[in-house]
Amino acid sequence: MYNFTYHRASSVSDAAKLLGQDAESKILAGGQTLLPTLKQRLAQPSHVVDIGGIGELQGIKVSADKVVIGAGTRHAAVAMSAEVARAIPALAKLAGGIGDPQVRNMGTIGGSLANNDPAADYPAAVLGLGATVHTNKRAIAADDFFKGMFETALDDQEIITSVEFPVPQKAGYMKFPNPASRYAMVGVMVAQTKAGVRVAVTGAGPSVFRWQDAEKALASKFAAAALDGLAAKADGLNSDMHGSAEYRAHLIGVMARRAVAEAG
Amino acid sequence: MSDTGIGAAVRRKEDFRFLTGKGHYTDDINRPGQAYAYFLRSPHAFARIRKIDTAAAKAAPGVIAVYTGADTNAAKVGSLPCGWVVTGKSGEPHKAPAHPPLAVDTVRYVGDHVAVVIAESRAQAKDAAEKIAVDYDVLKPVISVTDAAKPGAPQVHADVPGNICYDWEIGDKAATDAAFAKATHVTKLDLVNNRLIPNAMEPRAAICEYDSGVDSYTCFVTNQNPHVLKLILCAFVLGLSESKLRVVAPDVGGGFGSKIYCYAEETVLLWASKHVGRPIKWAAERSESFLSDAHGRDHVTHAELALDKDGKFLGFRVATLANVGSYLSTFATAVPSYLYATLLAGQYTTPAIHAEVKTVFTNTAPVDAYRGAGRPEATYVLERIVEVAARETGIDRAEIRRRNFVPPDAFPYQTPVALAYDSGNYAAALDLALKHADYKGFAARKVEAEKRGRLRGIGLSCYIEACGIAPSAVVGALGAGVGLWESGQVRFNPTGSVTIHTGAHSHGQGHETTFAQLVSDTLGVPIENIEVVHGDTDKVPFGMGTYGSRSLAVGGSAIMRACDKIITKGKKIAAHLMEAAVEDVEFSKGVFKVSGTDKNVSMQQVAFTAYVPHNYPEGLEPGLDETAFYDPLNFTFPAGTHVAQAEIDPQTGVTEVVNWVAVDDFGNVINPLIVEGQVHGGIAQGIGQALLEGCVYDPESGQLLTGSFMDYCMPRADDLPSFKVDTTKTPCPHNPLGVKGCGEAGAIAAPPALINAVTDALGIMHMEMPATREKVWRAARSGPLKRAAE
Repeated sequence: MYNFTYHRASSVSDAAKLLGQDAESKILAGGQTLLPTLKQRLAQPSHVVDIGGIGELQGIKVSADKVVIGAGTRHAAVAMSAEVARAIPALAKLAGGIGDPQVRNMGTIGGSLANNDPAADYPAAVLGLGATVHTNKRAIAADDFFKGMFETALDDQEIITSVEFPVPQKAGYMKFPNPASRYAMVGVMVAQTKAGVRVAVTGAGPSVFRWQDAEKALASKFAAAALDGLAAKADGLNSDMHGSAEYRAHLIGVMARRAVAEAG
Repeated sequence: MSDTGIGAAVRRKEDFRFLTGKGHYTDDINRPGQAYAYFLRSPHAFARIRKIDTAAAKAAPGVIAVYTGADTNAAKVGSLPCGWVVTGKSGEPHKAPAHPPLAVDTVRYVGDHVAVVIAESRAQAKDAAEKIAVDYDVLKPVISVTDAAKPGAPQVHADVPGNICYDWEIGDKAATDAAFAKATHVTKLDLVNNRLIPNAMEPRAAICEYDSGVDSYTCFVTNQNPHVLKLILCAFVLGLSESKLRVVAPDVGGGFGSKIYCYAEETVLLWASKHVGRPIKWAAERSESFLSDAHGRDHVTHAELALDKDGKFLGFRVATLANVGSYLSTFATAVPSYLYATLLAGQYTTPAIHAEVKTVFTNTAPVDAYRGAGRPEATYVLERIVEVAARETGIDRAEIRRRNFVPPDAFPYQTPVALAYDSGNYAAALDLALKHADYKGFAARKVEAEKRGRLRGIGLSCYIEACGIAPSAVVGALGAGVGLWESGQVRFNPTGSVTIHTGAHSHGQGHETTFAQLVSDTLGVPIENIEVVHGDTDKVPFGMGTYGSRSLAVGGSAIMRACDKIITKGKKIAAHLMEAAVEDVEFSKGVFKVSGTDKNVSMQQVAFTAYVPHNYPEGLEPGLDETAFYDPLNFTFPAGTHVAQAEIDPQTGVTEVVNWVAVDDFGNVINPLIVEGQVHGGIAQGIGQALLEGCVYDPESGQLLTGSFMDYCMPRADDLPSFKVDTTKTPCPHNPLGVKGCGEAGAIAAPPALINAVTDALGIMHMEMPATREKVWRAARSGPLKRAAE
């Protein structure tokens, strides 16, 4: 790890101010990506702004039509929240399947989304459930948030403050983990929402994306059988030693059908 | 049987300290004034070093010294040797190119050692290493063993033409050709034994120091055989007197073979410790373990099995290319020859066998023994081709094996590939395994699985292994540079407690319990009064260490011989105390008695008398401390049957191992709990090899693609079923304990059992390991294939 200056921000505005002082500053949330990257000397930030102690970023608020999760909320808190499990069981399940217990006890939803790892689980929840990402500057719709591999709509001094999930009528998440890393090789969130059916796929491509053919098929009938014969396209999907694009495309279909079945 | 004696499932004495964090591993040890080393490694698979500029690194904060191959070369630090000379077909010894601990003018694999930085802290050493400027002339590397063996391949070493280390054969080629000429059926198979990275839980580490007051060195190191390392470092690399080096291998967190060897790191540290006058510590980061621990397996094989009309095996023909990596590791040459091809008879009476092995240099990390070492490769070839032969001939997979077993009355059995099996009853293990696995009920279970959309398969593996490699004279004749005996010392303390010194080394095997059980049972000393000391060359008599499932069969036998000497001497002391003739004294359960009387003295009393010899036999030396060196008469031959059952989800290619039966013949069992644990770990590694693990280098650049646990897939608890483990018993006839060795059996038996099950489920003849989800999905999608290889 290279040397850097460490700051512990007391508030979101304090964090934004600290970030603004140097272009090479980085936010430290749960540290599950940043710290290994630093240890491997793959990043060399000048300043690290730790937002882990900011109280306003914590907490889960569940109402009749939405679940709002503070950006600093750990995965384990979401996974174990009885309220989340009642309102959006697929979301609690997704959070409970991220990484391992150590990762879930440190990693945060805001950190995961800001990082936008192509194989992370949370982007599938946000895009699949049609969530809104709130920052210290604005509200960003899920469809506008994810821009590409490790890229989001956030600007340099923008900090995610919370994520607002509308409660769907039904939702299911199914993940096919990479056997080594246990990241998603393919993860599919399907949801029947007031705004229509949404199908979001993570792990398979350079960034989370919506599978619109499946959404159309499910809109006419929200049942696994509606996806029979429907194949995701392999073009543009990830291909590596763990799985070819063709295999991933196939798995998208399998996981989508299983997610629909689980949604009930 | 007492509750702590031979045969008792005693919980491991050593686990208290391991489970409470009180173990003392190498990196837990800190020496006064200790400095830290960091090795700069090659980022290229193959490159000439034009120039190394260390000036900026030497000037960096906290840096004490920076050394390169030019420095070690100038100081005449020797080449890291290979300890087994294999003689090829032509009568030529193997090619052993120079293996400098720090690269001199060429780097030959990603991770090769370029320079060492010694600094006040690890971070400073690492920071400074980034300031070393190396001017490389990058060359085209050769990565796969098949590419390296091709004419015109890049030459890894200028003095090794064609990259061939040796071209070796065993068995009778003419007899084998004749057997094939009369065969009614020939089964052919091409297979790859996938390269593995060992991944012991504890990464390698060392602390080396020089004491100028007495001109001697100490090396604390993660090693499985400290005396052997000491011998190599002193006699072959650094030219030191062995009386001037103490090697200590303290608690070691797993080895699996990868800690047998003499590595560059401890060699350089030991040399440098005198130059800098400070103790120096190095501990591998996990990524360094991936890059530079000796890897395992990596064979490419073509095999042919000749059968008669009844399915009897007539002949077996094998040609293997084995990757030894960039340099020869300490025992690299023995693994694909004497530890591999000598096992190709398996449990069968195949009368004619011929095997050819070419070992090949490539621009990859050195390859050496890894749990099983040659025997998993042999078992995989044989148990796969037997399975394919059964499918091709339509003979039941169990029946074809049974027809060919060496029968129980044929022992000792001389195979056509050098080994003479001592004892066994292969059908007994097969029968018991089939019963545990409910073999007869399998067809119904397959149908039931199909209703759930799952493809169910069953696979057998009837393996044999050779453990406790010996005798020394024989292995010497085959090229070994060392003897393969073991030492054991049983020392009574004056008040009756016992300290055992063993030349074996425990790095997870539970010796502190098993050896204590032996002595407790034999000498009648309570187990809590017995301690086992190992791993310190200043404390323990010269010994050969632990690998090849040898510790109990060889090391335990040495301890038993030492116990015999204790009893012999104890009888003399007891006879004197009881005023009886020595020949009238009997010993049992810790008590010396005069036959036919109730006169007796305890072992404790005898031990005390030996150290306080006020009333003592005239002419007898005081003390009760005996050492024995045991050189076995033969290998031991554990064998057994494993039955794997797997279910495949054809939609995703996920293979679930749903049932596992292991029936092993380890001869007599001292501690069934430890044996079961060893079997479990071995099976887990075997399942890892079959389904999950595979070292992948980029074929063009030679970069290690599976360089972390993100990409190298280790088996985890949720990948494994509960194992049904049972044993049969034919005691080893030639060692005093009747034991055979259990440490590697699971890793040897498991891979073919599971691949046989997976291919059975899919209705195909063969699938290369690891049987990844994508491969299985593709096979399930394309349906059964008819023939594996032509």
